[in-house]
Order: sequence, then structure tokens, then C-alpha cells
Amino acid sequence: MTPRSTMKERASAALRDEFLRRAVKTTTDKLFLGRRLAQQSYEDWERLRDRGRAIRAHVIDNLDFYLGRLTDRVRANGGQVHLCREAADVVRVVTEIAARRGARSVIKSKSMVSEEVRLNRALEEIGVRAVETDLGEYIVQLAGEMPSHIIGPAIHKNRQQIAELFSREAGRPVAPDTESLAAFARRRLREEFLRADIGITGCNFAVAETGSVCLFTNEGNGRMVTSLPPVHIAVMGMERIVPTLEDLEVMMHLLPRSGTGQKLTSYVTIVSGPRREGESDGPEEFHLVIVDNGRSRLLRDPRFREALYCIRCGACLNVCPVYRQIGGHAYGWVYPGPIGAVITPLLQDDLDRWGDLPFASTLCAACSEACPVKIPLHDLLVRHRARYVAAGKAGMAERAAFRAFRRVFGAAKKYKVAVGAAEKLLRLWVRDGHMAPRVPGLKGWTDSRDFPALARRRFRDLWPELEKESPGQKGGKAHG
Amino acid sequence: MTSTYPAPFILSNIYDKIKSTLQREEWEAARGTAVLRVSLFVTCLVDACFPEVGVSAVRLLRRLGVEVDFPPEQTCCGQPAFNAGFHREAGAVAQVWLESFADSDYIVTPSGSCAGMIRHGYGELWAGTSPVGSLAKELSEKTYELSQFLVEILGVRDLGARFPAKAVYHPSCHATRLLGIGDAPLILLRRVRGLELVDLPFAEECCGFGGTFSVKFGEVSGAIATDKARNVMGTGADVLVGTDMGCLMNIGGRLRRLGSPIRVLHLAQLLEEGLA
Ligand code: SF4
Repeated sequence: MTPRSTMKERASAALRDEFLRRAVKTTTDKLFLGRRLAQQSYEDWERLRDRGRAIRAHVIDNLDFYLGRLTDRVRANGGQVHLCREAADVVRVVTEIAARRGARSVIKSKSMVSEEVRLNRALEEIGVRAVETDLGEYIVQLAGEMPSHIIGPAIHKNRQQIAELFSREAGRPVAPDTESLAAFARRRLREEFLRADIGITGCNFAVAETGSVCLFTNEGNGRMVTSLPPVHIAVMGMERIVPTLEDLEVMMHLLPRSGTGQKLTSYVTIVSGPRREGESDGPEEFHLVIVDNGRSRLLRDPRFREALYCIRCGACLNVCPVYRQIGGHAYGWVYPGPIGAVITPLLQDDLDRWGDLPFASTLCAACSEACPVKIPLHDLLVRHRARYVAAGKAGMAERAAFRAFRRVFGAAKKYKVAVGAAEKLLRLWVRDGHMAPRVPGLKGWTDSRDFPALARRRFRDLWPELEKESPGQKGGKAHG
Repeated sequence: MTSTYPAPFILSNIYDKIKSTLQREEWEAARGTAVLRVSLFVTCLVDACFPEVGVSAVRLLRRLGVEVDFPPEQTCCGQPAFNAGFHREAGAVAQVWLESFADSDYIVTPSGSCAGMIRHGYGELWAGTSPVGSLAKELSEKTYELSQFLVEILGVRDLGARFPAKAVYHPSCHATRLLGIGDAPLILLRRVRGLELVDLPFAEECCGFGGTFSVKFGEVSGAIATDKARNVMGTGADVLVGTDMGCLMNIGGRLRRLGSPIRVLHLAQLLEEGLA
């Protein structure tokens, strides 16, 4: 990932990686089918979606209130709460805890927010080892990459590549079969679990009513990370709240079905603060780090606010025809696919660098259809494009083209003249009813596809004859 | 997919509305039923590149006793600019569209994507409360994609067409997702004599067109189109049929480049040819 590359360049690079494309397609197919089956297993899926959406909308509309309540409850449970406006604040809070505890090693279970703020790197800079314990995240970490999928961070890697990474780590060859790989990871991670001073997790949902943090995992690592080390730090995006345990139950139906196609993940961990007197396990300290990092920009803007309803299930990635071709890294940051294209330009607040993401979509709306909380992602993508254009970021040629579009298509008379003239001019390039591959401006199309020639007579020219045809007349002259 | 517009209710409404003019009364007398007046929105793509699709649509509608007119001031719904983020330009062109169709009873178009723009996109361009927004809303509720109009409003299922061929149908994203035409095209196709309809794997996946996306991200677009074309070719069909020339031009363009002889037809063309 070169820092200043464009979405288009990154996409092109991804397209050249045959292995990546096959791996992404196979996995997304599997997840897609799984989701479909899992949804069929729920009686009234559409109503469930509506409920999920209503819960998320209610929380986002009353976020101040729920943040306050959550904070109170966590404190009442004996935990500490840290509100962080920016990435640097998160880093400061976590590194201060680590320094105070004299921590040498940290274990982590999946947290997208910590990727946002590059927490691992910050910890390493102060000499603290941070090890990912989710298998996919562990692989990605060893490779020095970002996750390429929200719920399957390493779906772009095959067993051979994983074996190479593990062998390097082990200092001896690890065989590329599933058992050997899993055995190595398990052994290695167990050592890490036992020696860790701090456990850091993400947070799928925080329950305001009880002050709890809820994690959905399939490997059981979440449980270990939250209970073995003496300190547990949960890092959450500030929007990730549900009001009550009852609301959490709705999400428990929605999230795994939409994400992995499971009825429920293998583990659901609910943590409500540090160990209390008389309890036999749990950490001595519990910290909840609540992160804004650009989210209030989404919150304030009614055009994009709905993006905060997202429950990070990844369904929109699995159905996205663009994601399915290029995978996650081409999106350039932490969140790929349609939701990534919607939130990245706002979270990062940098149109020049991230403004091209929303253009990498066919607007097929498969994402909106798949989204369990019915975020109209394709509308949000279009709104982004409008914002980009309104900010004057569109290229000169495109601006000129759409000014011309407005003039020509803004009046039938002009349209008639212009299209007629264009047709005559373009005849120079017509071969066999199609345009020759090198028509100016069409290269992106004609590299892989033929483009039809303009018709010599437009429908409106045929209309006068057609109008006179009697109903039921067959195959009259009017056929262009 | 159930229609939000129960046909009998609309029919009787329209019947009351139009029976005043003498010519129409004659029509009614001759046919014994109400005559629907439809304005054809041919779309700029069909107008300029595929006029034969518009011709077929008109003939089909007429055969079913529908009176068709062609508002001459129409150009484009504005979608190309809208999807590209040029909303001022889109709004200007869309206003021309609104003026062109302001007097129409029904607006029928051989494109689910353009109908989707009108039904869905106009709501994004203008809030329903502004004067132009309320006109847009009113007109959008009268706008139908062709097969949707045939099935939902006319209640047609079997046109009596005959078309001996093996065909695959590509459900276009905007027709199904934005407009919600459901199975309307399939309802019509399944009753075409001699037509063997085969399943298209990953049918609901986009063809990769996406308007300016197809040029801006030409490589990605081409890669998606390749998958679609391969899936079409894998069925062994000799005809590919759909409701949107944008998608068909894209898949067809890729098929042609790959040297495939598969015929690419708009639903209106297939049905009309099957009736000839
Ligand atoms: S936007 Fe919707 S589909 Fe995409 S990850 Fe979020 S909740 Fe899932």
C-alpha cells in the first residue's frame, strides 16, 4: 500500500493478483451463501432488520444520552472510562496504562478501531509487544499488513503463504496443512496469553443499561484476552452502543447471520467491569476507551449519519462486485468495501486523499440490499460523489463534459443537433456497427469491450412514421 | 413482489379521467374497455444507440390496446450526471424531463435504471416538499419500467409470443433493487412458446456497467463484465435478454470481444419479434 496511490492504481494492482482474486471470490461466495441460508433460518428476517435498524437509529439520535449512561454504569461497575476525541488520545491513554503497569507484552483480540489509530505500532514504539490472538489478525500482523475484510482479516492469504509466515516466526519449517498451522498458532499464542500484562479487545456492542462490553468470536480468544491478563482495555467506536440486553439479543441474531452466516458465533463474551470481591477470575483493572476519531463528523451530517448504524458485519463487502474483484487492501485503509468507501473519507476528513473511494462502485445497490440495518449505502455513495464535485475536486475534463451534458441535454433541440453531429463525426471510427477500440475518451471501456456505434436515425427521427402505424401492424418500416 | 397500485382501481380511475374525449370513446366502443394513455420515455441511450428497442416497445404497447405518445421535448432523466455527483447538472436536465412529462397519465420506459432514477433518484435531488419536488414525486409515481407496466398495470402475463431459442435473463440491478420490478420480466418470458429459459449463475450480481464507472474504473468494470459474460456463455444459451440497454451494451460488448455469437436482446425486442 503506497501512501499516496489512488484507488484506481490500487485496484489495478489488485486485479493483477490472480491468487488474491480467486481467494476473495471463494470466501465471499461462501459467506454470501452462508448468509442467505442463515437468514432463511430466521422466521421473519425483514422484521428483524427493521428492529435492528430502529435500535441503531434510536441510539445514534440519542448518542449523548447513551454515552452518558454507559459511562455511569461502567464506572459503577468499577471500570474506568476514557473518552478519546482523536487517534492520538487513544494512543496516549493506552500507552499511559501500559507504562503505569510496567507492561512488557499485550495480547489483543480483534479490534478495528485499534487499527484505525495504529495502536500496535504505538505500543511497539514504547517497547511493548502487542500480539494479535485472532488467527486471521495474527496472520495479517505477521505479514505486516492491514486486514482485508472486516470479519475475515486474512482471507487474501492461502495456506502456503501462511505456512511461510509461521515458519519465519518459528525459525523452523511449519507444514502448510491446516492441523500444523493451527497447532503452531495455538502453541505460540498460548505462551503469549500466559505472559501478557494487558489484554486489549474491541467491542461489538456496549450495553448502556448494564455497562457491559460484548464480543462475538469464534476462536475463544476473546475470552482469554478479557480474563487472563490483570488489565483489560476495551476499545470501542463511540457509536457502538445498544440500550439494553434485549436490544443486544436482536443484534445477536442479526450480526452473525449477516457476517459469517452463523446462527450464532461460537463464543459470545459479555464483560461487565473488573473482578469484584469474591469473584475468582477477571482482570484487576477494566478500562473502556470510547473513540470518536472522526465519528462526530458523520453524526453531524444528516447526509451520512446513517453510516453510524453499521454493525460491522461485512455483508456489504461480500456482495459488492467491486470488492469481489479487488479485495480489501485496494481501499487503502482499515475499512474496505461499500461501508469503507462511505466512512473513510469522513473519518479521515481528507477529500484529496480519500475522495475517490466512493467512485469505485457500480451503484448496483447490492450492499444496501444486504445490509442488516438497511443503510442505503448506494445513496450515501452518490451523496459522497456530489460532495466531492461540489468541493471542486472533479477533474477538468469531467467538469467540462458535464457542463456540455447540461447544455446539450437541457433542450431537445440542442440535443438533436449535437447527437446528430456526433454520430456523423464518429462514423470515422465505426467498424462493423461498433466503434473502433481507440475512440478518444472511451479507452476504459474499449480496452475490454466493444462499444456500439450511434444509430444513424434516432428514435425521435423514426417516431413520425411509427406514430402512423396502426396497432398490431408488424415489422413496419420504422425499424431503424 | 406485490404491486402497490392495484390494477382495477387505477383502470377505473383512468377510465373516468379519459372517457371525455370523443376519439377515446370511439376506441372504447371498439374495444369494449378503457384505453390507457402512455407516454413513452425512450431514454437517451435507446434514442441514440438502440432506437429499435423503442420501436418494439411502442408496438408491444399498441398491440395491447394502449395509446402511446412520444413527448418530443424529452432527452434524458439526468442519471449520468446524478450518479457522477454533478447534481446541479442532473437537476437541470431532470427539470426538462419533468416538463416533458408533466401532462402524462402514465410514463413507460424500456429501462429499469432510468425508471429507478425517476422513482428513487429524484427524491434524492429534491425534497418532496419543494414545488419541483412534489411534481417529481407525482410523476415518479406514474413511471414504470416496460415489463413492470405490462404485468402490474395491464395485468398481462401471456403475450402469445413465440420465440424458439435457449435464453438467459440478466436481472438488472436498478430494475430489481431500486425499482423493485421483481419477476415481471420472467413472468412474461416464461410464457413465450418455444423459449427455453436457463438459469444464469450469479444472475443477481451486477454486470459492472455503472455509468461513468465503466470508463473511470475501466479495468475493474471490465473484470466484472468478464465474469458476467463467462457465466452467460457457460449456460450454452443463444440469447441474452434483459430490461436495460446499459447493462446489455456492457455484457454484449464483452461477449462480442470474446467472440461469442450470443444474440443480445432487450425484452421488448424479444417479445415483439416473437409476435411478428
Ligand atoms: S454497512 Fe451494513 S452490511 Fe456493511 S458492514 Fe455495516 S452493517 Fe454490515
